[in-house]
Amino acid sequence: MSTLALLLMDAPYEQSRTSTAFRLIDAALRRGVGVRVFAYEGAVSLSMTTQKPHANAVHGRTLEEEAHPTPHAWVGALFDLAKETNTPFDWVNCGLCVDERGANEVVAGVRRGSPADFWKMNLESANTLVIPTR
Amino acid sequence: MRVLQIIEPAYRATLEEQDDTVLWFTRAIRAAGAPADVLLCGSAVNYSVRGQDAEGFRVGSWSQQHPPAIEQELSKLIESGARVTVLAEDLAERGVSTESMLPGIEVLGRKSLGGLFSQYQRVWKW
Repeated sequence: MSTLALLLMDAPYEQSRTSTAFRLIDAALRRGVGVRVFAYEGAVSLSMTTQKPHANAVHGRTLEEEAHPTPHAWVGALFDLAKETNTPFDWVNCGLCVDERGANEVVAGVRRGSPADFWKMNLESANTLVIPTR
Repeated sequence: MRVLQIIEPAYRATLEEQDDTVLWFTRAIRAAGAPADVLLCGSAVNYSVRGQDAEGFRVGSWSQQHPPAIEQELSKLIESGARVTVLAEDLAERGVSTESMLPGIEVLGRKSLGGLFSQYQRVWKW
């Protein structure tokens, strides 16, 4: 089975690169392509379960109506999709980056690791895409 | 599997991180066995300049210890066997002379990039 590795670096709610990355991962998993993600720096906050949706008075919508997206829900949905499609999916947060940000409460399945894990992911994947922050 | 790390943004959170996060990452994966080299372009060509000093950052009573030492980071990278190159045109645009640069850094013109990239199985643009 073919596998791709991605390194993400942007923090949540900052860049359209984040939703693009999630689209790429979703598309790969739906096609049975395994995905290994290494979250570096601000991207470790993507999987934090303490994120909360909110109502939006400017939109004139309640909490329920707004259905505000939280990246941790996207990460969880990717784990679910991988299970449904029986496709390998791994998400590793850079441990030092987690410590810096106090980003300890994360989606089940997310692991803590180091750049050495990213290098291993790269060696075990058909190709690797680095999506840095700018 | 040879890796070329292309670094363009410079001084991004270097005071908070006490280093450049991509140079740090490059040193970390090299320690894990990755044969990773570096190409500095854009604002990051300034990383090649000798004598940079980031000391003196203070916030109230808090004083920064161990400020980022990009010069040392690059020197250690070179000492570990990494090839570090810098883009000539981006140096010229910023008025950085080759005399002001750290020893061991190669200067390459834009026309050489295709040949450089062809030497690597992975090219990661940061």
